[in-house]
Amino acid sequence: MSKQTINLNVNGQSVTAEAEPRELLIHVLREQLEITGPHIGCETTHCGACTVDMDGMSVKSCTVFAVQAQGKEITTIEGLGDPDKLHVLQEKFKEHHGLQCGFCTPGMITRAHRLLEENPNPTEEDVRFGIAGNLCRCTGYQNIVKSVMAAAEELNKPESVT
Amino acid sequence: MSATAESVQERRAALKGLGTSRKRVEDARFTQGKGNYVDDIKLPDMLFGDFVRSQHAHARVKSIDTSAAMELPGVIAVLTAKDLEPLNLHWMPTLAGDKQMVLADGKVLFQGQEIAFVIAEDRYIAADAVDLVKVEFEELPVLVDPFKAELPDAPILREDIADEKEGAHGARRHPNHIFTWEQGDKAATETVIGEADVVAEEMVYYHRTHPCPMETCGSVASMDKVNGKLTLWGTFQAPHVVRTVASLLSGIAEHNIRVVSPDIGGGFGNKVGVYPGYVCSIVASIVTGKPVKWVEDRMENLSATAFARDYWMQGKIAATKEGKITGLWCHTTADHGAFDACADPTKYPAGFMNICTGSYDIPTAYLAVDGIYTNKAPGGVAYRCSFRVTEAAYFIERMIEVLAIKLNMDAAELRAKNFIRKDQFPYQSALGWEYDSGDYHTAWDKALESVGYSKLREEQSQRVEDFKAGKTRKLMGIGLCHFTEIVGAGPVKNCDILGMGMFDSCEIRIHPTGSALARLGTISQGQGHATTFAQILATEIGISADDITIEEGDTDTAPYGLGTYGSRSTPVAGAATAMAGRKIRAKAQMIAAYLLEVHDNDIEWEVDRFVVKGAPEKFKTMKEIAYASYNQAIPGVEPGLEAVSYYDPPNMTYPFGAYVCVMDVDVDTGVSDIRQFYALDDCGTRINPMIIEGQVHGGLTEALAIALGQEIAYDELGNVKTGTLMDFFIPTSWETPNYQTDFTETPSPHHPIGAKGVGESPNVGGVPAFSNAINDAFRAFGLTHTHMPHDHWRIWKTANELGLHAES
Ligand code: FES
Ligand code: FES
Repeated sequence: MSKQTINLNVNGQSVTAEAEPRELLIHVLREQLEITGPHIGCETTHCGACTVDMDGMSVKSCTVFAVQAQGKEITTIEGLGDPDKLHVLQEKFKEHHGLQCGFCTPGMITRAHRLLEENPNPTEEDVRFGIAGNLCRCTGYQNIVKSVMAAAEELNKPESVT
Repeated sequence: MSATAESVQERRAALKGLGTSRKRVEDARFTQGKGNYVDDIKLPDMLFGDFVRSQHAHARVKSIDTSAAMELPGVIAVLTAKDLEPLNLHWMPTLAGDKQMVLADGKVLFQGQEIAFVIAEDRYIAADAVDLVKVEFEELPVLVDPFKAELPDAPILREDIADEKEGAHGARRHPNHIFTWEQGDKAATETVIGEADVVAEEMVYYHRTHPCPMETCGSVASMDKVNGKLTLWGTFQAPHVVRTVASLLSGIAEHNIRVVSPDIGGGFGNKVGVYPGYVCSIVASIVTGKPVKWVEDRMENLSATAFARDYWMQGKIAATKEGKITGLWCHTTADHGAFDACADPTKYPAGFMNICTGSYDIPTAYLAVDGIYTNKAPGGVAYRCSFRVTEAAYFIERMIEVLAIKLNMDAAELRAKNFIRKDQFPYQSALGWEYDSGDYHTAWDKALESVGYSKLREEQSQRVEDFKAGKTRKLMGIGLCHFTEIVGAGPVKNCDILGMGMFDSCEIRIHPTGSALARLGTISQGQGHATTFAQILATEIGISADDITIEEGDTDTAPYGLGTYGSRSTPVAGAATAMAGRKIRAKAQMIAAYLLEVHDNDIEWEVDRFVVKGAPEKFKTMKEIAYASYNQAIPGVEPGLEAVSYYDPPNMTYPFGAYVCVMDVDVDTGVSDIRQFYALDDCGTRINPMIIEGQVHGGLTEALAIALGQEIAYDELGNVKTGTLMDFFIPTSWETPNYQTDFTETPSPHHPIGAKGVGESPNVGGVPAFSNAINDAFRAFGLTHTHMPHDHWRIWKTANELGLHAES
């Protein structure tokens, strides 16, 4: 099958990829662009391990063709913080034991990031509903919810700069 | 104390040792997307493998035509059983003493079975080629019901061993029969039951389910033909066992094989087994001379890798009129699927199912388990439990409830009346175990008091009245559970896997500047070993946990160990860590005595240093001792500071817990709503309370899944009906409640630090608590027992059968 050239912006950088029309965004991210933070847990839109941000919306990148990402801005876990300055969500997940095996974590944090952008003052119920598209087998969610709530609180502190 | 500015307490706190809720060191990489899982591995020229699988549950394979697939550009090879046969790799041994086809050899025995392995340049081409392989089948009658396996017209599944009267676990009475395993005193138990005041009987089915970790199974094999070395990365819960098996199977000497478990995205028992994909990736790499990656998709994971449970447990429990239990009888029909690939210690074909007397002092008991072949996927792994312990706990905790109904007694009171008392430990059970320690009454009373048990029962009675009066359509269930686990397999004298004793190991190196590296034979899959093992060691050797690196999972560097499953890491490898730490300390004592110019006996250990008795200002810290061990000639002492320990546990450990679940059940919709879940765990000495709590949350959520909907279901043709996450229930954050955790602390007397292990307790205790709540909701309306999983439809059906939908 013939390949097409796709230009997109990933984590603030313009990149080019070659992909067949049928290729999934998650595969192009992971295998061509070597962005291995987003994971594959199902390839059927159920688990959310592959969640990335596309033009300000959470998408499951196993359910987006790479060619659909032409001209889009993609943010993955790698683009949220860096080792010298972690994103507040990354800090709070560490602090509140919001992860165990870590496999769901990149998708979970990326989703939580979008959730807090859309709703900076979520109730626990809002968080539970808002991350319900991301499955976790290890934590039972209790500490994930705690981490997201703590991040929201931190981000809402007047002195906090993100 | 002038020489020490910090107090003993301050120094102890600085170690971040036992009992500290230390933050996890693993999290930095995971939260930044920098974990290194199998599918993240990318090697130059790497090829990708994919399976042609059977759509039939039972069929003869008449022919396999790979020509069209081979013509597809980018396809390198297609392997079938014929290609593996000359290497003697078309079959492989299972962990349970059976053998399993790697690729279909003449027939297929379950839907999803591996038939051919396509090797291609990328995963898309491999998938295209899979579609182009033409397999001609001749369908055979399908056996899905284990109770029909020995009927005269039953199809014979395993023609390869049809005539063998002896299996790995004794006599076989039929070609579809695998083993009979008996424990306890049959005659005495039958007598007790025959003479009892009261006998309750029930068939308790623990349905087939699957561990389904978020990361599926996979491997990358790389054969370096120049040096004759094979490297295998994979999702292995037991990398050393995989190395030994790979060596035995491939004929490559064990020192030329390196097995690496990188980060593992959850295991829960799924990654204990050896799968055809691992073998095929190895062969493919040998054949092509290139690295080959195989990663299964979710459907393959659910339908072909190891399932869990599928135990039909027929029970009888006998008691006096007053409710003192006198005997327990159990016959289990175990559906093992097409190959017996249970991951149990060799001598225990039904795992530790004989822990089924639970927390109770039952003087007489008998257990028999019959293993049966059916046309389903092989497995029988311990899904977040020690070998078959969750089945045992579910059985006894249902039988207690059924007995309470028969006696018309409160189920909490019945339990308390029969608990093994504190003064009875160590306790010898009727089915052969020696329980190490416990204080069940204290835990139970604490649990009942915390939830306000008698108030809950009053509310429940009121609810029944209101329901009858037409004021509500919701019933209330109170699910009780007091479980006893048996973990930490296990003593080498009776526990082995493929002949390898189930010890575990730790090797420690103290660096000259006083930091340390410890390597273990286990492998973390999210339990936070890098965090907790450092804590155990910190307390033992007085070096801060922050200055200790823990390494696992690389067989070239880690000492041999049996891996992580069955909650064995803390009881076995944790003990090895403590013991190796004590060896370090023993040598350090000699060095310190020399440096302080006193006799060994004149100094004592204090947190992080040796202090001269009676002269606290004279001391040497572990850091100073470490430096001295490398830079001074000390008479009679070898340079350096290293130790290794292989720990063979003298006994298992027996964690326990008391759980209470309160649910509302909507009779008309079948929707259940968890109002409260209280979990008290006693896992002995607590290493890291934060991690324990996290393990409990996770285990309870897996229990919730199993009890309320998660199953691997087959239709009568052997089609898997729950092969995707659409049908296979995994609770989301929306249906998962907040849990209330609590603890008591009864150390294990035989474990060096008294720890018992906790990762699996919440699953073992959680399933009965959830199920008992559903059953209990309908107790007032005549229900004795209804099978899991209690999904909305089944709950509705129960209500309907009880006549609760009739027009009032
Ligand atoms: S991999 Fe995309 S939702 Fe599961
Ligand atoms: S931390 Fe393991 S799946 Fe979420």
